[in-house]
Amino acid sequence: MRAIEVRRIIDPLPIYTMWLREMKRFFRVKARVVGSLLMPIFFLAFMGLPMSFMPAREIPGLEGIGYLDFLAPGIVGMTLLFAGTMSGASVIWDKEFGFLKEVLVAPVSRFSVILGRSLGGMTTAIIQALIIVGIAVAMGVQLSSVSGFFLAILIMIFTCATFTGFGLIIATKLGNLEGFMAIMNLIIFPIFLLSGALFPIQSMPSWLRYIMYIDPLTYGVDGLRSTLIGISAFPLWLDFTVLITLCLALATLGSYFFSRMEAD
Amino acid sequence: MNSIIEIENLTKEFDGLVAVDHITLNVAEGEIFGFLGPNGAGKTTAVKMLCTILNPTSGSAKVCGYDIVRQRNKVRECIGIVFQDRAIDTFLTGRENLDFHARMYHLDGRTRQKRVAEVLDLMDLRGKENMRISECSGGTQRRFEVARGFLNHPKVLFLDEPTLGLDAQARRNLWDYIKLLNEKGGITIILTTHYMEEADYLCHRLAIIDQGCIVAMGTPEKLKLAVGLNLISIQIAQDSSGSPVDSLKQLSWIKRIETRDGWLELSIDGGEERIPELIDFADDRGLVISSIKLYKPSLEDTFLHYTGKTIREVEGSTKELWKAWMRSRGRR
Repeated sequence: MRAIEVRRIIDPLPIYTMWLREMKRFFRVKARVVGSLLMPIFFLAFMGLPMSFMPAREIPGLEGIGYLDFLAPGIVGMTLLFAGTMSGASVIWDKEFGFLKEVLVAPVSRFSVILGRSLGGMTTAIIQALIIVGIAVAMGVQLSSVSGFFLAILIMIFTCATFTGFGLIIATKLGNLEGFMAIMNLIIFPIFLLSGALFPIQSMPSWLRYIMYIDPLTYGVDGLRSTLIGISAFPLWLDFTVLITLCLALATLGSYFFSRMEAD
Repeated sequence: MNSIIEIENLTKEFDGLVAVDHITLNVAEGEIFGFLGPNGAGKTTAVKMLCTILNPTSGSAKVCGYDIVRQRNKVRECIGIVFQDRAIDTFLTGRENLDFHARMYHLDGRTRQKRVAEVLDLMDLRGKENMRISECSGGTQRRFEVARGFLNHPKVLFLDEPTLGLDAQARRNLWDYIKLLNEKGGITIILTTHYMEEADYLCHRLAIIDQGCIVAMGTPEKLKLAVGLNLISIQIAQDSSGSPVDSLKQLSWIKRIETRDGWLELSIDGGEERIPELIDFADDRGLVISSIKLYKPSLEDTFLHYTGKTIREVEGSTKELWKAWMRSRGRR
């Protein structure tokens, strides 16, 4: 009896179907795949490389490593932030272009719909993040260990889920496309810039540090830096705890709002 | 015949604006039933409630015996819907869209393949199934949507303005497919439209809806009949003997006779079957009919009769447009 109840909420076939659609849509538009990778590559090539020529080795948090090594995990975090938020927020597109209606009148629980969709978005986001890791390595960034790399994938999953949930909340609360991009930029860029992706949190004054502490991406970037490069501002367990808590809270809230959203 | 849809006092209000006002009707199994009315009349809102997209403010309705509020999922399992706005993924191909839909309705692999093949044949979409939807013409896109609506073998298929935005040929084409689905597929079809020809051509029965209320309901023929009688115009050859008008007055089913430009206009009770009767009658009296025409009142006249305005006037008037706009905003 209970098994039937669970199956009604978490319905494997529709979840897989939604996931598959996201994958197909992503890879079908080649321009989008390339476009989504360009910005992180620009950051690495035109900011990371030039900055690494500057004498910055005495700055706290940067000791003993090049700026490019420091920046690479931050840019992976940025990729996850952008791709994750967009994956959640693009529900608004589906709504605007009518596709969502078709899905919402199918005899499938809303939770399965949004779970499959989010898993699809997360898969594409993590693929992008892994490509960026590969490009960074090609530019000369040295990864600390194999086990660290696998831990980094876990961090990626939690970071991505956090921002997918966050994007969903924005999309469902905003309800339409007007002003959507403006609001997205207004929220996403401060999150990115204040996450310590570009500069070490340790060398900031305490007032700025407290602002950075409330930025969810700070913990994602720190976790990635700790697992990929081997330097960090916080202990890894703290990064994991914060990310898991946030991703559960935001993803739950996001899917709750989605399930209450009107189809029309 | 069994009623497959039972609607009782169904009402929907948006912020005090009544979009659907206490409608009550039954639809029999196997029927093509149409809601005819101008934009903003409440047709779409009524259909959305039946499809479980919107909750009614008051009243109730049953689709396939299931309550549209309390047994949502049961209703969803036995209906198919083609929305007014395009609701098909333009990044995917037609086949992928159909596959997607079939999976969402829990069809297993083998059934899925069989059904997809079936609807492709039925809607004559073979050869187009691997094109991306964005590359298909409007008519083809629409046909894919109708095909998709039929994929889960629904008992009732809802078509909300199915031919909106299609050219005349694509429209006529789609009508024939819709008829085919009804006849061969044996499914009940509920459709909304503001095209008179569409309602006339497709619907077995229809409800004329204006400002949320049903103003008339019945077969297109019956509705047209209520407006006025059919008109037969005849020309009598010059060499006929006697006064034709006096003789024709003897026929009880001729209600009125007028002379216009050499034609006699007879308002008659009945339809085509009166033509042979009239000819026989004229023969007996030695009248030679040289020309004969039958006029039937159009559904347009019917609409005018019931609402006091033509459907185009309704669409054109700014006040009504504004109201329609308010209604559509209210949905958000």
